[in-house]
Amino acid sequence: MSDPASPRSDTFGPDLAEVFGPSQSDGGPDLVQLLTPEGERVHHPEFDHDFSAEELRGLYRDMVLTRRIDVEATALQRHGELGIWAQLLGQEAAQIGAGRALRPQDYVFPTYREHGVAYCKGVDPLRLLGLFRGVDQGGWDPNENNFGLYTIVIGAQTLHATGYAMGMQRDGVVGTGDPERDAAVIAHFGDGASSQGDVNEAFIFAASYNAPVVFFCQNNQWAISEPIERQTRIPLYQRALGFGFPGIRVDGNDVLATYAVTKAALQRAREGNGPSFVEAYTYRMGAHTTTDDPTRYRLNDELEHWKLKDPIERLKVYLRRNGLVDQEFFDSLDAEAKELGHHLREGCKALPDPKPLDQFGYVFSEMTEEIAAQRDGFAAYLESFEESHA
Amino acid sequence: MSTATTQKITLAKGLNMGLRKAMEDDDKVLLMGEDVGKLGGVFRITDGLQKDFGEDRVIDSPLAESGIVGTAVGMALRGYRPVVEIQFDGFVYPAYDQIVCQVAKYTYRSQGKVKMPIVIRIPFGGGIGAVEHHSESPEAQFAHTPGLKVVACSNPVDGYWMIQQAIAHDDPVIFLEPKRQYHADKAELDESATPEPLFTSRVVRPGTDATVLAYGPTVKTALKCAEAAESEGRSLEVIDLRTLSPLDMAPVYESVRRTGRCVVTHEAHVNLGMGAELAARVTEQCFYSLEAPVLRVGAFDTPYPPSRIEEEYLPDLDRVLDAVDRSFSY
Ligand SMILES: Cc1ncc(C[n+]2csc(CCOP(=O)(O)OP(=O)(O)O)c2C)c(N)n1
Repeated sequence: MSDPASPRSDTFGPDLAEVFGPSQSDGGPDLVQLLTPEGERVHHPEFDHDFSAEELRGLYRDMVLTRRIDVEATALQRHGELGIWAQLLGQEAAQIGAGRALRPQDYVFPTYREHGVAYCKGVDPLRLLGLFRGVDQGGWDPNENNFGLYTIVIGAQTLHATGYAMGMQRDGVVGTGDPERDAAVIAHFGDGASSQGDVNEAFIFAASYNAPVVFFCQNNQWAISEPIERQTRIPLYQRALGFGFPGIRVDGNDVLATYAVTKAALQRAREGNGPSFVEAYTYRMGAHTTTDDPTRYRLNDELEHWKLKDPIERLKVYLRRNGLVDQEFFDSLDAEAKELGHHLREGCKALPDPKPLDQFGYVFSEMTEEIAAQRDGFAAYLESFEESHA
Repeated sequence: MSTATTQKITLAKGLNMGLRKAMEDDDKVLLMGEDVGKLGGVFRITDGLQKDFGEDRVIDSPLAESGIVGTAVGMALRGYRPVVEIQFDGFVYPAYDQIVCQVAKYTYRSQGKVKMPIVIRIPFGGGIGAVEHHSESPEAQFAHTPGLKVVACSNPVDGYWMIQQAIAHDDPVIFLEPKRQYHADKAELDESATPEPLFTSRVVRPGTDATVLAYGPTVKTALKCAEAAESEGRSLEVIDLRTLSPLDMAPVYESVRRTGRCVVTHEAHVNLGMGAELAARVTEQCFYSLEAPVLRVGAFDTPYPPSRIEEEYLPDLDRVLDAVDRSFSY
C-alpha cells in the first residue's frame, strides 16, 4: 500500500525519507491534533481551545448533518436526479472546523466540494444541488451569506479570494482593533490545486500585499487518481514558508483541531498580520465524484486504514465517554437529519428547470441588442412549432 | 483659438487624462498592473497617477498576469472597479483562463447577482520594431467570448472618452489601444464636448464608391488609403468600428447599401478574424446591394514575423488599395 504521506523516493532523486524523516501516515510530527482517532483529548501548546459541552455537541451535530447532506445528494445522483455530485465523505471535520471558525463578516471562496462550509455559512443545502442537477450555475447570492459561488476551474478562486481580501484592506475592515469589524477571507482548495499556477500566484499576491486571507487546503491525498506524491515532493504546509507566511498542518479529521487552527489563522488575518496556509490532512473516503471509480487506482487497505480515523466517530466516542450526550440528543439529531434528508429529496425534484429563453439572460448586466435579437428569433422559432401543433 | 477646455494631445495623453478623470470621479476605480505605479507603465499611460492617487489605488503588481486579472475579479466582487493593464498583447495569454472563464462568466453564472466592472487594457498591434510577443492582435479571441465587451480606440480624443466610458460600464471591457499610435499624432480635445456612446461605430470619412472598415491601428491606414484613392478619382467611405463586441453594424449596412463594395482591414490574421465575421454579416444583410464580395486585408496566417519584415506582414496602404481595386474589378 502506498503511504500517502511518505515522500516517495522510488522514482528518482534523493532519498526524501532521509530529508523529511520516516514515513508519516499519521501526518507527521507537526500535525496539530486535539482529539486522537481513539477519542482521547490531547493538548497542543499553541493551538488549543476550551470547548464547552454545548460547542462540542454543536460541532458533532454539524458534522452529522453535513454527512447527511452528502449521503442524500449521492443517493439523488444514483436516482438520476443529479447529473453528478462531488462527495465529501470523510472531510466533515475539515469543513466544519473551518466553517465554524468563521465570523459573519468573513468571506468564503469555495471550490466545488465545500458543502459543509456552505452549511456553516447558512446557505440552504438545497441551493447546492442546482449546479449538480443542471438547473443553474450556483443558486445562491454570494453576498447574502458571504459564501462565493462554487468554482470548477481548479484554483481560480484563490486569486479571487486574495483580490477580495485586498479590497477589504482598502475598505479599512482589517486590523482596526475592533473584533466585530475586522474581517478576513478564506480560500478553499485541494491538494491537486496546489500545483496550479493560480494558487501559487495567489500566494505571491497575498504575501506581497499582506492580504487578510487564509489558504485552506484539504489534502485528501488524491486529485481524482493522482496521488499527493504527484503534486509535491515535500509536505504541502512547508511550501508556505517559501512564499513568506506560516504553514500549519492540522489533523483534518479532528474537528477540534481544525477549528482551533483555522480560528487562529483567521484571527491573524483579521488583525492585519497577513496570510497563512492551513493544510487539513484528511482523506476522501468516497469517490472523487459520482462518476469516478477509485477501485482502479486506490487500494482497499488504504480506505480501511482511514475509516479508523473517521471524524464523526472519534467525537462521538469523546462525547459519550465524558457524559456530554444522552440518548435524547442522538434521537433528536436523528430526527433532524431525517428532516434535512426529506427537504433535500423533495426540494431537489421540485427545483424548477430553467426555461429555454432563460439561457439568454445575464450574459451582461443589461441585455444587449444582439443577444435580444437572438432570443427573439429563437422565441419565434419555438412558437412556430406550437402553432403547427395547434 | 484656444479655450480653457481645449488642448492638443496624443493618444497616450488622452488615455492618461481619461484614467485620471475616472479616478477622480469614482474612488472605487483602481489601476493594477506591472510597472503602472512609479514608472507610469512601460508606455507611460499611467504616468503620475500613483503619485496623485497613492499606492492603494495605483497598484504595482507582481509579475503574474493570471494573478493580476484574478485578483481584479476579487476586487470587483468587493465593489471596486479595477482597471488592469496588460503590459503587451502577447502576455495576455497567461491570464486567458481568468478572462474567459471568470471575468466573462461571473454575471451569467450568478444570474445577474454579481457584476464584473473590470477594464482590461491591452496595448495591441505591431509596427514598433519589437521582439516577438510584443505586436499581436488577439481581439478575435476575446470577441469570440460571450460575456466580454471588446473595444478598440484609434485616436487621442476617443482614447480620452472611451476609457472613461469603459470604466463606468458595468460589464467587463477588453480595451485595445493601438500602441503604434500612442505617441504618433496629436488631436484637439474638447473636454466639455459630449462624447458619442461607447459601443458605436462611426463614419470617419464619408465617401460614395466603396466602404472600408477598420479599427485601432488600421483606421489611419484606411484614411490614408482614402486620400490616395481620391487622387485616382475614387471616393472611399471609412468607418472606424470602435466596438468589436458588440458590433455596431447599422452604420456599416447603411454605408455598404449605398456604395455596394466593402473592404475590411485589420492587423490580426485573416483566418477566423473579425473580418470573417464582418464579411458574413454584410453579406447576409446587404446581399442585393453588393457589387463584389466583401474582401479582407489582414495579416498572414503566420506567427508575427521578425520585425525587420513586419511592414511586409501588416496590411499597409498598398495592400488595402489593391483590395479596393480588386473590388472594382468584379
Ligand atoms: C484547471 C482544471 N483542470 C482540470 C480539472 C478537472 N478536475 C476536476 S477536479 C480535479 C482534481 C482536483 O483535485 P484536488 O485539487 O486535490 O481537489 P479534490 O477534488 O481532491 O478535493 C480535476 C483534475 C479542473 N476542474 N480544472
